[in-house]
Amino acid sequence: MDAGALLDRYERMDVIRRTEKAAHDLFLQGLVKGTTHLAAGQEAIAVGASAALRPDDYVFATYRGHHHALARGATPEECLAELMSRATGLCGAKGGSMHLTKAATGMLGSYAIVGSHLPMAVGAAWSARLRGTEQLVVAFFGDGATNIGAFHESLNLAAVWRLPVLFVCENNLYMEYTPIADVTAVPRPAADRAPAHGIPGEVVDGNDVVAVEEAVGRLARRARAGEGPAVLEAETYRHFGHSRADPAAYRPAEEVERWLKHDPLDLARGHLAELGVGAETVAEADERARAVVERAVEAAKAAPPPDPREALTDVWADGGAAWRT
Amino acid sequence: MADVITYRDAVAEGIAREMRRDASVVCLGEDIAAAGGVFKTTTGLLKEFGPERVWDTPISEQAIVGAAMGAAMTGMRPVAEIMFSDFLACCWDYLANEIPKVRYMTGGQVTVPLVVRTANGGGLGFGAQHSQATENWALTVPGLKIAAPATPADVIGMLAAAIRSDDPVVFFEHKGLFATKGPPPPPGHVVELGRAAVVREGDDITLVALASMVPLALKAADVLAGEGIEAEVVDLRCLVPLDAATVLASLRKTSRLVTVEENPYQGGWGATVVSVVADEGFGLLDAPVRRVAGECVPLPFADTLEQQVIPTVDKVVTEVRRLAAY
Ligand SMILES: Cc1ncc(C[n+]2csc(CCOP(=O)(O)OP(=O)(O)O)c2C)c(N)n1
Repeated sequence: MDAGALLDRYERMDVIRRTEKAAHDLFLQGLVKGTTHLAAGQEAIAVGASAALRPDDYVFATYRGHHHALARGATPEECLAELMSRATGLCGAKGGSMHLTKAATGMLGSYAIVGSHLPMAVGAAWSARLRGTEQLVVAFFGDGATNIGAFHESLNLAAVWRLPVLFVCENNLYMEYTPIADVTAVPRPAADRAPAHGIPGEVVDGNDVVAVEEAVGRLARRARAGEGPAVLEAETYRHFGHSRADPAAYRPAEEVERWLKHDPLDLARGHLAELGVGAETVAEADERARAVVERAVEAAKAAPPPDPREALTDVWADGGAAWRT
Repeated sequence: MADVITYRDAVAEGIAREMRRDASVVCLGEDIAAAGGVFKTTTGLLKEFGPERVWDTPISEQAIVGAAMGAAMTGMRPVAEIMFSDFLACCWDYLANEIPKVRYMTGGQVTVPLVVRTANGGGLGFGAQHSQATENWALTVPGLKIAAPATPADVIGMLAAAIRSDDPVVFFEHKGLFATKGPPPPPGHVVELGRAAVVREGDDITLVALASMVPLALKAADVLAGEGIEAEVVDLRCLVPLDAATVLASLRKTSRLVTVEENPYQGGWGATVVSVVADEGFGLLDAPVRRVAGECVPLPFADTLEQQVIPTVDKVVTEVRRLAAY
């Protein structure tokens, strides 16, 4: 990857990190209600994978999907406004943190039932094939989702129909509070199971944006060429707890320390230095990211709440919600 | 076309008509292609439309309905078959949490134009896990349209409307009706969803029925006519949208209401119908309402036991007599 491309990936990750930090702060200020599942620490997967995609490809994500929405074209302002229940939110404040969706840019949703979106991704890939496009579909999911029936149904169907879908597991070692290793009989919950379904299963350093982009790009070319689906297990770590209610006290201190030293932004900075990008250039990128997120926070704060009448719209395609005549 | 068609053949005919007019209509499900469906409701589709439009799936109910959803979100109009309606429970997440909510929670960004077809109901001695009338499960979920035709012509007309609908539709085909016959509808026949039909006129009492309960209610009406009681029979055809207007209009004539439901009384659709009537049509009533419905037990196997549990002509006649005398 050349320096310009890497700087671009770095800045995107920086925007996501700062947006997550803003979400965290706004929650503490009482401006975000409900909960959030922050993805700080996992930015490289979203940014690396998205950079390898074409504009008309589709992605499906989980409730931990801020990073995917942002990487896939949602603005920090739209996302923060959604979290803050503003009319200008990505989904008009009907979705919230767990359901960030931007269909216009191929971000087909964030789903809060673990594993539920995997069959949808398979269906979107089936549709791409039926419509004769070269679109690819990427489903992002957690390690916990690999023990859900829908995961296995999806891998089998995608394999047997040879569909252009990539299953990208963000293995952050934990489900909610339980280590995945305590409840799973194989060490690589996604990659180890892929071959059983006739699908290649690869492992990648999920904190290294260059490695992720390379792996997704390679598997994407394969899938577009009609060679079928693949599983990519990206090893990563979430910096925060599972959700806002979770201080993550169950994690051993040495483990946290080891992973915080393996931060995706630091890794990218290291790569940039190797490519001869000076600290000043990186600082300029940081400054641009800071300004974007700061403006987003202010704009979201200033936005109005949704019109209460919106509660009774958007159930049906005609825009309404009437269930009877 | 022949001058009669079975309800079973009407299913394949209804799907074929839509597949001919719209290339985005595709079918998927277990045993639906070469085998023509376990109820032979998709016979001939593979031959006419080929394997790129008629897809056999593994036994993966979540993947079937989940994939149909993903395809519907991205430009196709899938028609998914879930073999027996009891198995809807295996993909209940998609019916309860995913399909009906995605439009709403994305603020209207995503449309899910799919049909989930399924064989519903008892009467064939299939036992407790293959005989349930489950349309009430779907009725509890905002965001699903629910169709349940009673005649071959309605099967074709309502399939046309369901497949053309930009909203998700759960389409309940009744197992007990597959062998029944009726006139085939003309080309282009569409029955708008949410339009009930008055299938027998009468002034004394309104019977509101759905699917297999419609012919049953008509038989009961014949018996009652012999006793001088003229029952009006309303075939609801859809639970969502619910044609409450037709029910209320009928009551304006008859002032007496009996709902006839195959599903258990507890939580049945009749409760919703009578609550609308109690709310908006109380002044129209000259008598209490009655619900003839299934008992709250799993469906037993033996015919003699099943008859105890689901509505019969006799049970309907008995309730109507009691009400007529009120
Ligand atoms: C079907 C289902 N079961 C349980 C939950 C509750 N839950 C929400 S997140 C979660 C952990 C998921 O872990 P993982 O798949 O590893 O994703 P991560 O949070 O690490 O991104 C659980 C159990 C749920 N949302 N859906």
